[in-house]
Amino acid sequence: MTDLTTHGAHGSEPTRPGHLPVADVPHVLRVADTDPKAAKRVERQVSSMFLLSILLVVAFVVAYIGIDKSTVVYIPVFGEVGASTIALGLTFGASVLLIGAGAIQWAKKLMPDVEVVQMRHELVSPADETAEAAANYERGKEESGFARYKMIRRTMIGAMALFPIPLVIMLRDLWSSPVSGTLSPAEILSTTIWKKGERIVTDATYLPVRPEDLPVGGLVSAVPASLQEVQHLEGNLNARGKAAIILVRMDPDEIVSQQGDGWDYQGILAYSKICTHVGCPIALYEQRTHHLLCPCHQSTFDLANSGNVVFGPAARNMPQLPIGVDSEGYLIAMDDFSEPIGPSFWERSK
Amino acid sequence: MTTTSPVEKAGASTATYVDQRLGSNKFLSRNLGKVFPDHWSFMLGEIALYSFIVVLLTGVYLTLFFKPSMVEVVYNGSYVPLKGIEMSEAYASTLNISFDVRGGMLIRQMHHWAALIFVASMSVHMFRVFFTGAFRKPREFNWIIGVVLVTLGLGAGFTGYSLPDDLLSGTGLQIIRGIVQSIPVIGTWGAFLLFGGEFPGTDIIPRLYSLHILVIPGLILAMVTLHLMMVFTQKHTQFPGPGRTNDNVVGYPLMPVYMAKAGGFFFIVFGIIALIGGLVTINPIWIFGPFTPDQVSAGSQPDWYIGFLEGALRMMPNWETNLAGFTLSWNILIPAVIMPGILFTALGAYPFIEAWVTGDKREHHLLDRPRNAPTRTGLGVMSISFYLLLFVGGGNDIIADAFDLSINGITWFLRIALFVIPPLMFVFTRRICLGLQRRDRDKLLHGYETGRVLRLPHGEFIEAHEPLSIKDMAVITSKTDIAPLPVPPKADIDGVKNKQFRKQNLRSKLSHFFYGENIPLPSAAEIEAGQAHVAHDAALEAPLASYEDADELRQFHGGVLHHPGMPETNAEQLADRKE
Ligand code: HEM
Ligand code: FES
Repeated sequence: MTDLTTHGAHGSEPTRPGHLPVADVPHVLRVADTDPKAAKRVERQVSSMFLLSILLVVAFVVAYIGIDKSTVVYIPVFGEVGASTIALGLTFGASVLLIGAGAIQWAKKLMPDVEVVQMRHELVSPADETAEAAANYERGKEESGFARYKMIRRTMIGAMALFPIPLVIMLRDLWSSPVSGTLSPAEILSTTIWKKGERIVTDATYLPVRPEDLPVGGLVSAVPASLQEVQHLEGNLNARGKAAIILVRMDPDEIVSQQGDGWDYQGILAYSKICTHVGCPIALYEQRTHHLLCPCHQSTFDLANSGNVVFGPAARNMPQLPIGVDSEGYLIAMDDFSEPIGPSFWERSK
Repeated sequence: MTTTSPVEKAGASTATYVDQRLGSNKFLSRNLGKVFPDHWSFMLGEIALYSFIVVLLTGVYLTLFFKPSMVEVVYNGSYVPLKGIEMSEAYASTLNISFDVRGGMLIRQMHHWAALIFVASMSVHMFRVFFTGAFRKPREFNWIIGVVLVTLGLGAGFTGYSLPDDLLSGTGLQIIRGIVQSIPVIGTWGAFLLFGGEFPGTDIIPRLYSLHILVIPGLILAMVTLHLMMVFTQKHTQFPGPGRTNDNVVGYPLMPVYMAKAGGFFFIVFGIIALIGGLVTINPIWIFGPFTPDQVSAGSQPDWYIGFLEGALRMMPNWETNLAGFTLSWNILIPAVIMPGILFTALGAYPFIEAWVTGDKREHHLLDRPRNAPTRTGLGVMSISFYLLLFVGGGNDIIADAFDLSINGITWFLRIALFVIPPLMFVFTRRICLGLQRRDRDKLLHGYETGRVLRLPHGEFIEAHEPLSIKDMAVITSKTDIAPLPVPPKADIDGVKNKQFRKQNLRSKLSHFFYGENIPLPSAAEIEAGQAHVAHDAALEAPLASYEDADELRQFHGGVLHHPGMPETNAEQLADRKE
């Protein structure tokens, strides 16, 4: 038996004050170590776990074939769940779990539980190997002439440095301007499809809105009438993402200020629906205070007062859309927004 | 005599066949007996590994059914409420996986739960490594790999979460767009290149898809492989205990105990994820509906690991400046770009910062008890409290709702708390650590307090103390007392000015900050005297309790054998002991 008190001798740590030689705690034999009957019991226990695991796979196959995928069952705590999902999850999960439980039980009860010791080896390479590595490097440097051929060295480093450039350049066309490169991202972000005379329609049913349709205190989410067609042509939701607005109606006396003279129509105000913080759509409106609250980071805008920020991380007013009515009495836009809607960007006020 | 079964014979000849071509038996000879120390906290990394494997398996299954396309289709599957509605193919195929593929819902939910468990267990594993100082030399590289893995894990989670193209995940992407767009100079172009134009476009889902199923998992797999190879080469650290030193590893050999335990544990983790995936609904995308940029569901929450960013965005005051006509959005840049950048950089750099401050260049294989590194532990708790405050901020609307508080009030409270509570936590944690150190010192000098009061023959009352067990003795005396770096001289003896003075002085000050508060261990002689005294006390009590056993325990020196190289077999050790 090796002496335990020699710890400090080969230690890389300084001998510490108060550091005593230590010994292991005594090993307590388990029942299965001494009693063959107990060991037999554990053996049976472990193998029945494996057996049960096998049976559960059979049950899984039965459930897969037998349970209709649309059957829904109610399970307390978990609520309404698909019967198939539950049955498959339970049988599969339990069968896998039992393999693990069996293996661990086997390891804990039947395999030796005496800890053993192994010495660590120094990680640092022996001096002669390091020297050999260095010598090999020097030889390589000498034979290649890397140090001597200055021109080769410099041109090679230059070539290697430029090698990734084509790979990066080819990322350029991740986006290209639709109108053969004429519009910059900033320009595209700065306009929407709203224009003078564009009818305002509800966002889901595309019905034009009359002022009378909107009671005081009410809020309607709306889009331009041409949106459906544009969306169809472009095959994406980009136009919708910029043009979405909300209409609110308040008593004209309650309007403290607007972003432009007479941009309301009889107390009906139109604001962009896209938050000026990072762009969530907003429709939480408290009619008593005229506050519009963004559900994402709780920026709060006062719609009776030019859409000013009253709280939260947004830095700018919600942009207002000037509106009026056409000859048939439907609400229309009088112009596009006068500034880019939505989250800010570097060139937005250029 | 052992018998060899035909299967074993076949195994042996296979081993020989492979060995003749790869020399693999050399590896086996060295490693089948490799010793792994045991501790419950070492399972955290295992959970991360196993849940990642589950994520890979379930993910491959999902790719067989999922269609990463934003083409609009009309849904016609078996989920009735959405029948006839226009949606992207990505969303429709996720509904299809959930309702029309048998076992599809199970796999989808397993994938999501495994992903959550993956990120969570990685984080807690990282805490364990931090608080026990396992990141110290020689394991700094593995710490950095760990930080990269956590970052990749967040990326994998976010890209995956966005794939189904439901209303909730689309809102997340909308926020990402806003964040990218806020980056000075290149942000607008960056967002356009990322989304293939304006938001939402039709490119983002296919692009995220290739990141999600190829690029990020590939990187994670490479990193995990490196991580494990390093653990293997450097051998695992161990907690202090009897017979455990900085030069050895005490534990169970790979074959068979560790293999059975770790292998078994893989199936346990797998099985539990399958059970949760079958029983607990996660991300019910059918409730949220398809994505459209002008709708949002109130009270929408990202997956938990994004919560801290969400909180930071919510808490930030609305600063924006105009720089020569260009817009700088501090309200987005600081919480979403600068703060996480600093946080993750500091995390990765911590081992190097600590090593520089302490001047500690030794190898460490024996773990620190958190109390014995009070400054580090304090810094850790401080950072966690900072993170948690941000996280709480991410749910301020839910808290406001649940406790009927004003959101503005909570936000203001958190804005202030973010700068006040973490430093307090630092001071507080350091105090607790020192208190625990003091208690350890008392134990060494006076033994355990038993709570039993004795009356001595001459009438005095004393509380009976018991000598420390061998294990506690080993654990407590594992502490190292280190003196802070000395204050550097302004000039050397010849009067030459010390050019490095300012740097060395800063370092010495930081080192005092790091090591300054410490309750040193008593000397060996003091400990011996103290324990002898306790033994004497215990003897007084002897008629009440039998201490013969205790004495025997202290005599016992046979548990662990020192054996350079290969461990002895357990059987041999057991036989040895019986002699
Ligand atoms: C590396 C770690 C990974 C993480 C953290 C992760 C996470 C996620 C998450 C949170 C989702 C959303 C699931 C939902 O609720 O619908 C998801 C979806 C998905 N993941 Fe992963 N994933 C990972 C790796 C993989 C791999 C390796 C693959 C395939 C080889 C994969 C394939 C998919 C597919 C196809 C989807 C979309 C299907 C669906 O949402 O139902 N993932 N992932
Ligand atoms: S997106 Fe509206 S507050 Fe952040």
